Amino acid sequence: MATYELKNKKSPPISEIGVIKWLHENLFSSLFNSILTLFALYLLYLIIPPLADWLYFGAEFGNVTNDQCTREAACWTYIGKKLNLYIYGFYPEEHYWRIHLTFALVAVFSFIPRLFKNNAHRFKLIAFLFISYPILAFYLLYGGIGLEVVETHKWGGLTLTIIIAAVGIVASFPIGILMALGRQSKMKVIRFFSVLYIEFIRGVPLITILFMASVVLPLFFSEGIDVDKLLRALIGITLFQAAYIAEVIRGGLQAIPRGQYEAADAMGLSFFQKTSLIILPQALKISIPNIVGSFISLFKDTTLVLIIGLFDMLAIVGLSTSDVNWLGRETEGYVFVAFVLWIILYSMSKYSKNIEKRYNTELDKEKL
Amino acid sequence: MSSNDKQIIQINNLNKWYGDFHALNNINLTVNEGEIVVICGPSGSGKSTLIRCINYLEKFQEGEIIVDGTSIADDVKKIRQVRSEVSMVFQHFNLFPHLTILDNLTLAPIWVHQNKKEDATERALALLDRVGIKDQAEKYPNQLSGGQQQRVAIARSLCTSPKIMLFDEPTSALDPEMISEVLDVMVELAKEGMTMVCVTHEMGFAKKVADSMIFMDEGQIIETNKPDEFFKNPESDRLKLFLNQILDK
Repeated sequence: MATYELKNKKSPPISEIGVIKWLHENLFSSLFNSILTLFALYLLYLIIPPLADWLYFGAEFGNVTNDQCTREAACWTYIGKKLNLYIYGFYPEEHYWRIHLTFALVAVFSFIPRLFKNNAHRFKLIAFLFISYPILAFYLLYGGIGLEVVETHKWGGLTLTIIIAAVGIVASFPIGILMALGRQSKMKVIRFFSVLYIEFIRGVPLITILFMASVVLPLFFSEGIDVDKLLRALIGITLFQAAYIAEVIRGGLQAIPRGQYEAADAMGLSFFQKTSLIILPQALKISIPNIVGSFISLFKDTTLVLIIGLFDMLAIVGLSTSDVNWLGRETEGYVFVAFVLWIILYSMSKYSKNIEKRYNTELDKEKL
Repeated sequence: MSSNDKQIIQINNLNKWYGDFHALNNINLTVNEGEIVVICGPSGSGKSTLIRCINYLEKFQEGEIIVDGTSIADDVKKIRQVRSEVSMVFQHFNLFPHLTILDNLTLAPIWVHQNKKEDATERALALLDRVGIKDQAEKYPNQLSGGQQQRVAIARSLCTSPKIMLFDEPTSALDPEMISEVLDVMVELAKEGMTMVCVTHEMGFAKKVADSMIFMDEGQIIETNKPDEFFKNPESDRLKLFLNQILDK
């Protein structure tokens, strides 16, 4: 038999704590990784100083003309001068408030329902706001009764980009859900047409659909009927996006175990109740990352509308640099547009993580 | 044996095929109100398929099933009516993971039976109290143990005051130490006079509460009897073999 004294606790060796441990584990864990680390550091040394110089230290911010502006670094004066064009397109300046109000209403409308505690009231209110907002937004942006009409060909820039993306996202979502359900349907005719639609659209590039919408479609209209070019693009994008959303949601639907359907059936829920209360909430929750991913690519794809003559934010670069006063500033323009798009898309991605966490009722929170 | 002999389930000449496979072969069965019927048999014998036919989770090709006076044919309204009177407890619980325990319980009362939310909630809490998990009402199913989830599932199926309860191997997916907590709830129910059809291998439970035993093999009912006789004097060789196999364990 033996007894032992309780020994004092010791600190771990220096290689197991703090910065040294971190460096060891993440950067120099093996010879190969060490070489990679050093190589990456060298690359950063080559890239960062000139980039910082071009973007900021050597860049021009003052009130200068194009000729006075440096060619060695960025001339942000150009962005400043063309900022309105980038954001509002050709929308008349005295009506900018209508755009501001349209976007401000999104914030207001998404806040109002929080004031209501009663779920049933809140749901009705949300439904009402959701239906009334597009009508209100169209009235504000386009005009009509009491407001001066601003034709859609004057819409442009970031405003147009956001409008196209928002309409595409909101309108394609319900269509996508219906198509996904249609593809799972037991009724053969519905399934056939859903599959036909989805596979046809997915087999065709967006550019083709936009061309079809802008060039081919008018050939079918009788003389005198002119469907707005923006509207045609919106319809094309929505139909395109719906097919992708349908496939994403189908993935979610297929992940729902059969037992969920059976439990809902055994309770006596109707098909509609089963789908809307049990199956879709779970399928959508599973699909959130892919749905948002699909919306992010839609947002990027909106830049394709420039080929049918709509001036979204990206198209403004070409347009504004063909102004004789600001020739040759494409680089600044593209960098600026890339930056703005990145901010928006990164926020979408972060927001998606956020709702994923919020709706996660499983236990594995740390996995997210 | 139940005090009154109202026949609440009648199954006449039931036949079901999966493709070429004859899953249920000419089943005839009557269950009286308040009766507790336990169905056992080797796996693949068609016992689960049989009780899943009663609430039409499985379609059948021949014969008829009359539940409380309603004959289920391929008629959506009738099927829903039968399902609103018959609840089912599944092997894998099948709770809805995106809803809280309370919402799982109040779903059918609110949407199928048009109860008021307050009434449904009150009743749900009372039932949760009865199965011993009232304090978990706001949690989600995945935060509960298997035994707790199955007790929630039983409470959920009681929420609509069903006339008949079907149990499809309710303890087969549970860890051994959780089986008794679920069986205790089922014994309680049996004592209160609920009509129950249970597919289970828990022979202790069967001996304690069953009014009649049914042994199935190869899609057929091989033997039915009162529990005493069923266990003491099994007639068919297959049942003898089956009982030897599961009681020896």
